[in-house]
Parts: sequence; structure tokens; C-alpha cells
Amino acid sequence: MLSRTAENLYWMARYLERAETMARLVELGTRMRLMPDAVDGYRNEWDSILQASGTADGFGRKHKDTVERNIVSYLFFDHENPSSVFSCLLQARENARIVRTALTSPVWDALNSAYQEMKEYQRRPRSEMDISEMTEWTTRQTALVQGAMNATMLRNDGYDFLNLGYNIERADNTARLLDVKYYVLLPDAGYVGSGLDNYQWTVILRAMQMHRAFHWAYGGEATAAKILDMLVLNRQCPRSIVSSVQGINDHLDRLARGYGRSTEAQSRARMLLAELMEIRVGNILEEGLHEFLERCMRDMADLGSTVHSCYLRGSAL
Amino acid sequence: MSTTYFNEMYDRGEIRLPYANLETWQRDMPQELRNLKQAEAEALFRRIGITFAVYGEGGDPDRLIPFDMFPRVFTHGEWTRLERGIKQRARALNAFLCDVYNRGEIVRAGKIPARLVYQNEAFEKAVCGIKPSKNVYSHIVGIDLVRTGPDEFFVLEDNCRTPSGVSYMLENREIMMRMFPDLFRGNRIAPVERYPDLLRKTLASVAPPKCDSDPTVVILTPGHFNSAYYEHSFLADLMGVELVEGADLYVEGDFCWMRTTQGPKKVDVIYRRIDDAFIDPLCFRPDSMLGIPGLMNVYRSGGVQICSAPGAGVADDKAIYTFVPEMVRFYLGEEPILQNVPTWQCAIPEDFAYVMANLDELVVKEVHGSGGYGMLIGPRASKGELEAFAHKIRERPENYIAQPTLALSTCPTFVKDGVAPRHVDLRPYCLVGDTIELVPGGLTRVALTEGSLVVNSSQGGGVKDTWVLAE
Repeated sequence: MLSRTAENLYWMARYLERAETMARLVELGTRMRLMPDAVDGYRNEWDSILQASGTADGFGRKHKDTVERNIVSYLFFDHENPSSVFSCLLQARENARIVRTALTSPVWDALNSAYQEMKEYQRRPRSEMDISEMTEWTTRQTALVQGAMNATMLRNDGYDFLNLGYNIERADNTARLLDVKYYVLLPDAGYVGSGLDNYQWTVILRAMQMHRAFHWAYGGEATAAKILDMLVLNRQCPRSIVSSVQGINDHLDRLARGYGRSTEAQSRARMLLAELMEIRVGNILEEGLHEFLERCMRDMADLGSTVHSCYLRGSAL
Repeated sequence: MSTTYFNEMYDRGEIRLPYANLETWQRDMPQELRNLKQAEAEALFRRIGITFAVYGEGGDPDRLIPFDMFPRVFTHGEWTRLERGIKQRARALNAFLCDVYNRGEIVRAGKIPARLVYQNEAFEKAVCGIKPSKNVYSHIVGIDLVRTGPDEFFVLEDNCRTPSGVSYMLENREIMMRMFPDLFRGNRIAPVERYPDLLRKTLASVAPPKCDSDPTVVILTPGHFNSAYYEHSFLADLMGVELVEGADLYVEGDFCWMRTTQGPKKVDVIYRRIDDAFIDPLCFRPDSMLGIPGLMNVYRSGGVQICSAPGAGVADDKAIYTFVPEMVRFYLGEEPILQNVPTWQCAIPEDFAYVMANLDELVVKEVHGSGGYGMLIGPRASKGELEAFAHKIRERPENYIAQPTLALSTCPTFVKDGVAPRHVDLRPYCLVGDTIELVPGGLTRVALTEGSLVVNSSQGGGVKDTWVLAE
């Protein structure tokens, strides 16, 4: 398959996953705000969302105040924010349009309708918007597109590149969502393990629509250690970092079998998976949660560029 | 104006035969159903994604070309004659191209002024002496035809480079069949769906000499910002070939390669939908980001076939157009079946004088213009517009040609409150490879504004399904 086609499929999936994460981040911010003010009111919660999503600088250039309305509008609709839900959907659709022939029409239909509806939403006055409704809308749309892919697409190399995109982005995004917790400052060290601390942790679960699954899998009280275990190391959890890295390995292996040759991408991905299967939550906390998560994001970026140089450049090997 | 126009459905109060079944269809369709169907058609077009971006107009890049549900119909007999004429013309144009890039016999014989050929903007010195495989330069010839009477057809212009619009021919049919299956049961309409297969076969048949296996064909597009991108991807999909951009291809050794996830793959035939200027920056425009450096060397040495061949544009120039009937006689020894519209070249003093004296009755076009831009329709122009245009012609007479205002035929068209005649033209797509093929049909464009003679989609024209009735 044409390298550029593979690249467009790969990025289309990444943008779709990113759109979903953006919506989840906004949901996360809103929920954390609902908690009785600890110290600084919601200011630091929204700041943490902007920090974790990597949009703080862009936002700062455009708005003076971290007012909820500005932030929601920036993260959902702003064209100038390359990571806003709208920008991501636009990019995903653009990528899809370029490779229309590599997609089935149900996939195109689902994506195109999402884009058209998004344009409608944009025309509505912001004051009438319900954030939860917008988040739900976003996750529903991305689910529709994924459903169409699973139901109708050929399991060929294009499908693998698509899923590589999804999994690389998802591993990165789960790390980002968890990292929000790092940026939300607790009033002082004495609050670690307190009700406020645990509340913030469970909010992350909720934003990822994982809180029920969590209770089924772990039971009892939600503690930081259990939640981390679920979202990083649990192979049953579909959004955990280890599951995403497993997905990356699966699809790289399929590519290697189909093409009859392995590349550096396979060996790198295998090493990452091996490490994640070895470690325990204790190791993560020892390293420092933030440091560990940053390392994960860096690993994903490196893996992304390895996939790029092995498959998407089209040069002789 | 008192001109009477030939109505393709009603001739002096009688319904013409090919339209017989459409009369009741149209009469018995209640307004609500019509609106419903129209909305359905639009939704289908939008969903499929056939949109048309108009250059320089801004606005919605996802604009649709209006689709009119009333089909345009030809009888088998009418089509047979057109087909012979179109194929004849396509052969002559290719013979001309082969000649002017080699010995130039037609110029030596004094049939065409050398200046018009060799000093033509579209004449590519770089391809002189190169013989493309099967001696075919223009593989897809789009011939724009207008009709003025039951048996009067005129060629308005030839398109030898990369005529667009064929996706509409195919999609219009698809949508009509989906919406009105009964019409197709009740009428025997020749299918057009073979076009993509024929196109692929045509392109494969001109594989270059150095290709020794099943040729790899690709479509080269300027990219997804191009207004015809939908068509490029549509054709690639139907033919099952890759749709590539310049950056997907590169030259190494004697061949052209495309970048794939499994490494380089050799490309044999490039159906390019970009202009000559953007094919190879080393050969044509050094500032082009679109081309493939070195591609012309590969072409020259028989490593790749470019369709249409670079330089093919010299045959469809509006100044050369006048001489096409002469080409038919000169190369084929036949009389032209299709007539040209009488044309005055403003570069010729006598013609210039005539044009200036009769500007208000003529249509004046730029020699290199297309898309209905920069043209004057004398009878419709105000005094001020006429004067302004006269000034432009005086400035650069060689840039303009003039033709009489043709009484374009009309075809019934759905309008706001019923059905009314609107002017139409026709673009069939003739395929030239080791054989010459023509699918029975084409793109009918319709001027949706009452009285308008401009059918270009960039000027508010629409499209219709075009039927050729089976014998």
C-alpha cells in the first residue's frame, strides 16, 4: 500500500482518539470543579487540564482568564487550537477524505456525519451547551466510527496502520489523563490519601468511563494504587497503557507476517511490552508517577517515529 | 431576441420519439414526490462526497454541482453518427500531435501556419522527437458538442489534456438508477458503467517499451485541495489503481517508483491529472513543488508512459481548433463528420475587422481560457461591457477568437414551478489506446438560469444524466 495512504490512516485514527481524549479531559475538569473548593477554587483544576493536554501555552496566548467558558470553548471548538475536539475531527476527516478509497463507505459516512454535526454544534450559542452532552456526543461519534471500522473493514495492512494509530495515541492519552493528577496540587502533603485525593483519582476513572468496570475488577475502596494498576498495568482494561502497547505489538506482528519481514518497530514495541509486564505499581511510585508517565509519552513518541521511518517513508530497506 | 431554439423533447408541438416515455413520467410525478426525490439526490451526492470547489470564488468548498433529474436522451441512430464523428476527431487530433512533434508534415504542406503551432504556449519543445507508445498522445479526448437542430451538431472545443467530469457521468447514472428504477425498466438505456474498465484497459495498453510484466498504472493528482480531487479518487477506486501525489513518486535509475509500505514499487503508466508545467521541475517549471524531478528523462527513455503525453495541449488550443477539419482531411483522407463552429481569429486582420464590427452578435473567448471565464457573450452584454472588451481585444488580438452566438438546443429541466426548457451541451469521453472506445453517454451540462447559454459549472451550470437508447 502507498506509504502516504498508510500515513493518512494512521493519523486519522490518532486524531479520532485525540478528539475523544480532549472531550474526556473537559469532562474531567468539570467534575473536579464540582468538588467543594479545597484551597484555590477551580482555578488550579482547569490549569491542570490545560497543562496535561499540552495546550496551556496556546490558551495563555489567547485568553487572560482561565474561566471555564473560555477553556471549554478553547478545548472543544477553537480552530486555532490544533488539539481541540473540532480541530481533531476536522483533521481526521481531512485525512479520511484523502484516502477515501482505503475506507469503506460506512466508515466515511460515520466520520463525515460527525463532522457535519460538529459544524451544527458550533453554530449554537455557547451558553446553551451542556458539557456532559458534548462529551457524550464526542465519545458516541468516535465509537460509531470505530464500530464501522470493526464491522466493515478488510483486515489488511491498512487496518493495521489504523489500529497502530489508535493504540499509540491511546497509550499516550491515558498517560496524559493520569498526569492531570500530578498537576492538580493538593494543599499539602498531608492530603495524600485523604478524601480529596481519592476523589480526584476516582474522577479520572469516571472521565474514562471506567468507574463501574473498576468496581467489578477491584472492589472495595478506590485507592490511588488500585486505580493506577487498572489504568497502567491491567491487561483487562481496554484503555490501560499495557493494553494499548499489547495492541501495538499485535498489529506490528500482523504487518511483519503479511510483509514477510520484521523491522525495528517490532523489537522496540516488544521491549516496551516486556517492561510493562514486569513492573508493579510500587515501581511506578518509586520512580515518581509524573516521571514515569512522561517516560511513557516519550516512548510512544519514539515508537511513532520508528513506525514512520520503517513503513511510512517508502524508502528501500 | 427572436432566435428559436431546438427543443430536444418537443419539436413543433410533437413529442420527439426518444422522449416519449418521459412525458408521462414527468406529468404523473406529483410536486411533493419531485421535491422528495430532489432532496434525496442531493443527500446522496453529499454523502458520496461529490462536491465541486470553484476556483477563486471562495465560499463553501463542499459545494455541490446542481443535479437535474430530467434526463437528456439520444436515439441509437443519433448516437451512432456522433460516435463515428467523435472517434474520427480523436484519431485526427492524435495524428496531428504525432506529426507536429516529429516531422511537421501538416505545417510543411501549408495547411496550418507554423506560427500557430510552434509558437503556441502549449507546444512543448522538450518532447520533440519522443514517440509515446502506440503513438498516442491524448488518451482521453473530451469533445464538447452543442446541438442546434435535429441533425446539426457542432464541436465547441476539444479537450486533449485531462478532461474532467466523467465521474459525474457515472454518478448521475448511478443516482438515477437508484431513484427511478422503473424508468430504466421501461426504457432500454445503454449502460455507461464499463468506462472505468475501459479506461484501465486503455492505460495498460500504452505501457512503455521497457515494461515487461503486467503494467502498474497510477493516477497522479495535485492533491486533495484540487477541485477535481473527488473525481481522481473515484476513478482510482473504480479502476483499482493507486492515487498518487508527486511526493509519492521518485525517479531512480531508468524508472519511476512509488513509495509503499513495503518499499519502492515500479510505476509504468501515469494517468496524470496535473498540467504539463507541473510534471517535472527539471524540465518544465523549476519552482513547482508538485512534479517528480527527472520524470521526463524516464519518459524519454521509454521507462514510463505519461497520459496524456506532455505537449498534448497544443491540439486543443482554441486557435488550432479552426484547423481540426483540415486535420481530418489531411491525415485520414476523410470528410469530417462533425462540424466546427465558424471561428474568427482576432489575430488575422480581416477577421479582426469583422469581429470589431459585429461584437454585439458574437461570443468572444480567450484562446487559452477555460471554464467559461473571461468570455464575452455579445448579445447579452451591455454597451459598457462591449466597449471594455473591444479594448481588451485591441490590446492583444492574438489572445482572442470569436464565434457566432449559437442557438444551443434546450432540454426539459425541472425548475421551481414545473418543467421548462434550458440550454444544454454534451461532453463525451473518447478513450484512445490500442483501440478507440467510446461509452454510449457523456456529461450533459445544463444552464440552469433561464435564457443563459453558459453551461459551465463554475458559472452556475448543472448536470443531467445522458441516455443513449439501445437499438
